[in-house]
Amino acid sequence: MTRKRRRLWILVACGLGLGSATALTLSAFSDSLVFFVSPSDLVKGTQNARTVRLGGLVEQGSVERSGGGKPVATFRVTDGANSVKVTYAGILPDLFREGQGVVTLGTLQPDGTFRASEVLAKHDETYMPKEVADALKRSGHWNPDAGPPPPASTWNTLAGNKPGT
Amino acid sequence: MRSAVGTPQTGRSLHRFANPGQFLRLSGAVLPWLTAGAIALTALGLGWGLFFAPADWQQGDAVRIMYVHVPAAWLASSGYLALAVCSVLSLVWRHPLADLAAVEIGPVGAGFTALCLATGSLWGKPMWGAWWVWDARLTSVLVLFFLYLGHVALVRAFDDPTRGYRAGAILALVGVVNLPIIKFSVDWWNTLHQPASITLTGAPTMALSMLWPLLIAAIGYMLAFAAIVIARTRAAVLERRIRSLLMARAASDGGEAATSMLPQEGV
Repeated sequence: MTRKRRRLWILVACGLGLGSATALTLSAFSDSLVFFVSPSDLVKGTQNARTVRLGGLVEQGSVERSGGGKPVATFRVTDGANSVKVTYAGILPDLFREGQGVVTLGTLQPDGTFRASEVLAKHDETYMPKEVADALKRSGHWNPDAGPPPPASTWNTLAGNKPGT
Repeated sequence: MRSAVGTPQTGRSLHRFANPGQFLRLSGAVLPWLTAGAIALTALGLGWGLFFAPADWQQGDAVRIMYVHVPAAWLASSGYLALAVCSVLSLVWRHPLADLAAVEIGPVGAGFTALCLATGSLWGKPMWGAWWVWDARLTSVLVLFFLYLGHVALVRAFDDPTRGYRAGAILALVGVVNLPIIKFSVDWWNTLHQPASITLTGAPTMALSMLWPLLIAAIGYMLAFAAIVIARTRAAVLERRIRSLLMARAASDGGEAATSMLPQEGV
């Protein structure tokens, strides 16, 4: 075995060791590596009285805003299975709307509502011009309040982004 | 694998590029084209993206930060991969040019990573509502930035440059575990950062009118990265050559001439 080959095998062995150690560590800590918990996690009740981030979609038709000195908004955050009522006093981000992903920071109150001190908007990985979005909505292919847009392959054609019919 | 390691052929083909004269000739011929291509494609991609591509339906004109941010992020990761390849060549084959290239990739990669972090922050504030969050994607890219900085510092921390190269190569290879974490963080864990729009397996979830300028800008960034690293490596080779010439001259002159040629230390 030449010295070069020995060095290569040492390197491969170290790489395997380090890689599996990292993989084990990450899988062990994966609960704390998540940025937010889902409404189902919150309802299960392991996060009581702690400040957590709650993430999910803003439920259709659940947003109520009340004006006054400071704007207060209530809405429900859902992950499909469960939903949690969130109250937030402050200015919502521009991207906030029904059907949009949000991440809120706050605590679960004893009455089961979630009082948020911060609301962040989470957008998806779909990028499309306004004209395409309008055309999709007009043709009834997509309702932005109801969920994510249809796959890009259905509207993304080489001939100038004409949505398929 | 067996035949690829340590046979005379591999050794020769690898070390053909280790000849500094050969490298200077070859890179000197390639560098002007690389530089011209980098400037042209980056200008085309960014000009198209920033001024002519359509605005996003929900993000509006803020989406244009993508054309600066995403190619920088890609180059931050692939630059680190290049650093890791140089480190393997350095540790296993003791390749002298790989040592020099690794030293020169470090600061360039750190620069691209800093650009990625800065533009990401500028994009995050209007869209998400926060300059910075500690989600897995952002944190792992910050770790990448620190790995680059650590490499830059470590390779220069030894009096004997060879020891610096070895230590830097080991650090760079240990940091490789971060690359899959960066790539898959958005799939493995809940993050505020959205998943990738462009994947190897599926169709891109991006309008083609936005995808084209992005890809052109990415190729421009890639050429720019290569051009900067090659220019810096050429400078390093020439610098080493000048130093050895000075040393040889000083040794042959001897006495007072030698002390006047070399930089004076102390009194």
